[in-house]
Amino acid sequence: MTVESWGLLGLFLGVALLCVKPLGLYIANVMAGAPIWPLRAGRRLEAGIYRLCGIDPAQEMGWKRYAVALLVFNALGALLLYGLQRLQYFLPLNPQHLPAPSPDSAFNTAVSFITNTNWQSYTPETTMSYLTQMAGLAVQNFLSAATGIVVAIALIRGLARHSVKVIGNFWTDLTRVTLYVLLPIAFVLALVLVSQGVIQNFSAYKTVTMLQPVTYQQQKVNAAGAPVTDAAGNPVMQTVTKRTQTLPMGPVASQEAIKELGTNGGGFFNANSAHPYENPNAFTNLLEMLAIIVIPAALTYTFGHMVGDTRQGWAVLAAMAILFVGLYALCTSSEQAGNPRIAALGVSQTASALQSGGNMEGKEVRFGIAGSTLFATLATTTSTGAANSMYDSYMPLGGLVPLFDMMLGEVVFGGVGAGLYSMLIFAIIGVFIAGLMVGRTPEYIGKKIEAFEMKMSSIAILVMPLIVLVGTAVAVSVKAGQAGVANPGAHGFSEILYAFTSASNNNGSAFAGLSADTPFYNTALGLAIWIGRFWPIAAVLAVAGSLAAKKRIPVTEGTLPTHGPTFVILLIGTVVLVGALTFVPALALGPIVEHLMLWSH
Amino acid sequence: MRRKLSMFDRTLIGPAIADSLRKLDPRVQWRNPVMFVVYIGSILTTALWVQALLGYGEAPAWFIFTVAIWLWFTVLFANFAEALAEGRSKAQAASLKGLKQTVEAKRLADAKDRSRVTRVRADRLRKGEIVLVEAGDFIPGDGEVIEGAASVDESAVTGESAPVIRESGGDFSSVTGGTRVLSDWIVVRITANPGETFIDRMIAMVESAKRQKTPNEIALTILLVALTLVFVFATATLLPFSLYSVAVTRLGTPVTITALIALLVCLIPTTIGGLLSAIGVAGMSRMMQANVIAMSGRAVEAAGDVDVLLLDKTGTITLGNRQAAAFTPAAGVTEEELAGAAQLASLADETPEGRSIVVLAKQRFQLRERDLTSLHGTFVPFSAHTRMSGVDIAGRQIRKGAADAIQRQVESLGQVFPRAVLATVQEVARRGSTPLLVSDGPRVLGVIELKDIVKGGIKERFGELRRMGIKTIMITGDNPLTAAAIAAEAGVDDFLAEATPEAKLNLIRSHQAEGRLVAMTGDGTNDAPALAQADVAVAMNTGTQAAKEAGNMVDLDSNPTKLIEVVETGKQMLMTRGSLTTFSIANDVAKYFAIIPAAFATTYPQLNALNIMHLASPFSAILSAVIFNALVIVALIPLALKGVRYRPLGAAQLLRRNLLVYGLGGIIVPFIGIKLIDMCLSFLHLV
Repeated sequence: MTVESWGLLGLFLGVALLCVKPLGLYIANVMAGAPIWPLRAGRRLEAGIYRLCGIDPAQEMGWKRYAVALLVFNALGALLLYGLQRLQYFLPLNPQHLPAPSPDSAFNTAVSFITNTNWQSYTPETTMSYLTQMAGLAVQNFLSAATGIVVAIALIRGLARHSVKVIGNFWTDLTRVTLYVLLPIAFVLALVLVSQGVIQNFSAYKTVTMLQPVTYQQQKVNAAGAPVTDAAGNPVMQTVTKRTQTLPMGPVASQEAIKELGTNGGGFFNANSAHPYENPNAFTNLLEMLAIIVIPAALTYTFGHMVGDTRQGWAVLAAMAILFVGLYALCTSSEQAGNPRIAALGVSQTASALQSGGNMEGKEVRFGIAGSTLFATLATTTSTGAANSMYDSYMPLGGLVPLFDMMLGEVVFGGVGAGLYSMLIFAIIGVFIAGLMVGRTPEYIGKKIEAFEMKMSSIAILVMPLIVLVGTAVAVSVKAGQAGVANPGAHGFSEILYAFTSASNNNGSAFAGLSADTPFYNTALGLAIWIGRFWPIAAVLAVAGSLAAKKRIPVTEGTLPTHGPTFVILLIGTVVLVGALTFVPALALGPIVEHLMLWSH
Repeated sequence: MRRKLSMFDRTLIGPAIADSLRKLDPRVQWRNPVMFVVYIGSILTTALWVQALLGYGEAPAWFIFTVAIWLWFTVLFANFAEALAEGRSKAQAASLKGLKQTVEAKRLADAKDRSRVTRVRADRLRKGEIVLVEAGDFIPGDGEVIEGAASVDESAVTGESAPVIRESGGDFSSVTGGTRVLSDWIVVRITANPGETFIDRMIAMVESAKRQKTPNEIALTILLVALTLVFVFATATLLPFSLYSVAVTRLGTPVTITALIALLVCLIPTTIGGLLSAIGVAGMSRMMQANVIAMSGRAVEAAGDVDVLLLDKTGTITLGNRQAAAFTPAAGVTEEELAGAAQLASLADETPEGRSIVVLAKQRFQLRERDLTSLHGTFVPFSAHTRMSGVDIAGRQIRKGAADAIQRQVESLGQVFPRAVLATVQEVARRGSTPLLVSDGPRVLGVIELKDIVKGGIKERFGELRRMGIKTIMITGDNPLTAAAIAAEAGVDDFLAEATPEAKLNLIRSHQAEGRLVAMTGDGTNDAPALAQADVAVAMNTGTQAAKEAGNMVDLDSNPTKLIEVVETGKQMLMTRGSLTTFSIANDVAKYFAIIPAAFATTYPQLNALNIMHLASPFSAILSAVIFNALVIVALIPLALKGVRYRPLGAAQLLRRNLLVYGLGGIIVPFIGIKLIDMCLSFLHLV
């Protein structure tokens, strides 16, 4: 770890933490419908929306109705997005005349974007029209983020309220969080991004002559587009010289802002945040990272404020931050250490004034090691899945970090809303075990944790490992699954494991190397995404409903304190032992053995 | 007296071993999902061993055999823990059963006519029938005394050798079947049908194999099942992962099913899974050792959650009786004169208060006890009407009584009640004492201060409770002034003065409405509504049948202070469960380090770098982990039965402590244990 990498972390976390209290308080006020200025200004608009949709904002819902509304809303969103993709050829704003993606790809993309996953099995600039990107993908970027936040808010209400059956109105929650939180911040962010060089237009793609022609070798393809191999099975290579380049255009900034702010991560371009039109410089890199962390971090304060004890929120935030720093340190140090095989060739990989050193394969020079690993750690601990570097090219342990980040269950800050509600579920489980240890029926924020909560919490944390493990097992066992792997051996295993981990956790980042745009992966991962999103959400809402109906137990000396350092350690321990321990054998067969093999030579 | 059983009493071990074999019945195993997985694993490995014997083994037959044997031991050890706990309870129940000898009862047709007795067998007695019990007879069944009074030996139930008085009317009218009348006679109305008596129910509850799971136990079981499921999937998917790894590297052989089952059994929370029901049974049985019979496990568990303790002042916080502490004479009267009159008025007063006045007079002024009859005095007993007692002697009319009674008496004789004395009375009351006035004819002599004596050590006990977050509330019939003073002296958090049954009930309800759990003790029939309302209600065995029916626990010793012990036992039971769960989960870290390198060593020898314990060989690593996993259950049986030691600390300190001991300890201990077992195995050349 260099001074620079600690400095970047310090600057980033410092600014992020400064935003926690004001933004957290603002979100709490918005969700409570407090008479603050933005809500008064938007009152007419809000009321108009409710009238148009026939919503009675005063009527609150029980958890079952809330869950049904949420599911129906998201299912309709998926249907709409699927239709939009399939019909894009006939719709406007398609200057490249891009055809409709295949049904399995369109299904995968639809499910992926309504769930805040943004797993992209397609290459956006050659697949999606501007209309699909703007009216389909970007809209779902807002709505899926809002969905995550309202579930977290519902759970917080469950903890904060007592002896009531209702946990809020899904429609008003969704409208308010979109109207007063996501839209304004995304708008400002998009403008700043434009000022830094992020493009925003509807032009057709531009063909430019390169200053320097590029000559390279590539595998020959036959007329049908299939790669050609010789009799021995080796690829037949040919030399190609390129003089021109096509530059894709599009309304990037508007989508980029919500891509980060809503922890979505679906890039406008295939290169995602490594692309200069998405993330031109070190400042936008920092800005985009801040946009990713700011809502998940602030929601911890919203939580503390709403339950009437801000210490509760800070404790959750502390547990997240400690895990984050540890993961970042592991990732950065293993990348900074570089590749022993290259070192053996006598190539210097030490950081100096002239080079950032370490393993720079797959990383952008303008971001360096720290700018890449911090982005990677952040994008995978939150459910963003955006990337400004290629994880497939990371060192084995460096690549283990993004994988492990997701296996923790996306609770280190996590997706907007999703991170907090998952972390609170871990808190409930941790409190349950620890609460017994102090000799009382466990309680969290004054609510007794009993059989129903344990059942639902278990379901919420159980689903993710099940889909990841079973999905990976199926993929490595069937031909269709094995076919997509680019690198054999332990690394290929990591690629498949990563794909299912990313899908089930609704992260959306890819390890690359895996050709996932096949009917098998599109369907399998699509299903993993759907179950991984809505099964836990239903369980979380059930917990919220059950908690809201309970009495609030007053705090005494005998109450397990859930705000001190002991609780923070307990929470971290629960996340690691209950959440991630399951994956240790699988990790051992992937990145860990790869690391040992690399360094043992 | 019941014999205390040691943890591993020889008389218990034998039957427990037999029981653990009997519990191999799949229907029994099914009831414990975690151990059921181990059970299935044992059967599978045994089948794999048979397959290996036939020459198709995936690993050496001896290895599969050893793993299978230790998996069976794991199941048996868990069975043994449960059987041992049940055995101890049954032994306790058996000693109660001794009370159920069939005795002959003397049935009466008419309660008033004790001459016409029909002799019947006690177990034929029905509810409502009336029996006569005379000196030397056993009381044939639970009932209520409706005539007479007798001293009863209840040692068989309570373990207390001093006989107790049982008499008709009032709060000491309830008798338990199987106890013996020592002197006099009583007529008892039987209140329970055969098989439904108190002792019958106690025995049934303790013996019941189909013990109801408590709410907490259910919640914990759900978590354990969830963890088990995750690990089942985690290990089952390792097979395709391994097959794939072997296929792509073309190195080594896939992981064996034996190794996967071993890994699975080590990872699932067998330690807590195996001991969970033993902990529950032991909790009930610990209550029983404290001579408290809980009507359900739920009640024991609720005791751990109690936030508010309602404690009767008399008998719990203070010694049963008030004692004379000072004489304050009125103007113009010497203290000795007051003491003398007070002594005279109390000579015939056999109440503890009266005795204490005589004692105080003797201490202060060496006033010897005088013989009332030789002084030709006439004792005037206390009556509810005059609310005074005293003596008429040599023309003097000495009276003692409550302030307002004496005031009325003095004023009726045409005298003015002195203001100064009134001030003294208020002063005494403010101190929490009871003022008694002494008058001689129309003249007020002064005030005797009767003081409540707070039990030694009770203040410290309340301090402990406060640290545990439990609020103590004193219930008393005294006026608020008196109550406040005693409350301050005893260190209780709050008090309810001038308590009526309704006030008590309302107090409980208001605390419950705020989400608190309330515990109380009671003995009288008028306590029954409050007992029924309280979450944990300990009825005194000496109390009335109504009180016992309303409570969910009965204290055989009838010691109200025991409520505190009850709470501690409840907490202990929860703590034991939580600690062993933490320990069980934390254990997994070391087991991974032992088994993962061993299981995949043939495909990826580099994984041996994770063998940080330097276990001798892959076989020995897997065996050591499995053996450790089985032995740790046995090693923790004493802890499960005795319970984690209870300390009166706040939740924060307790958590820190237990996290350190069972969390961190749970991570470290298996590293040491597995290494030691591995060393033994290689030393003995077993692997």
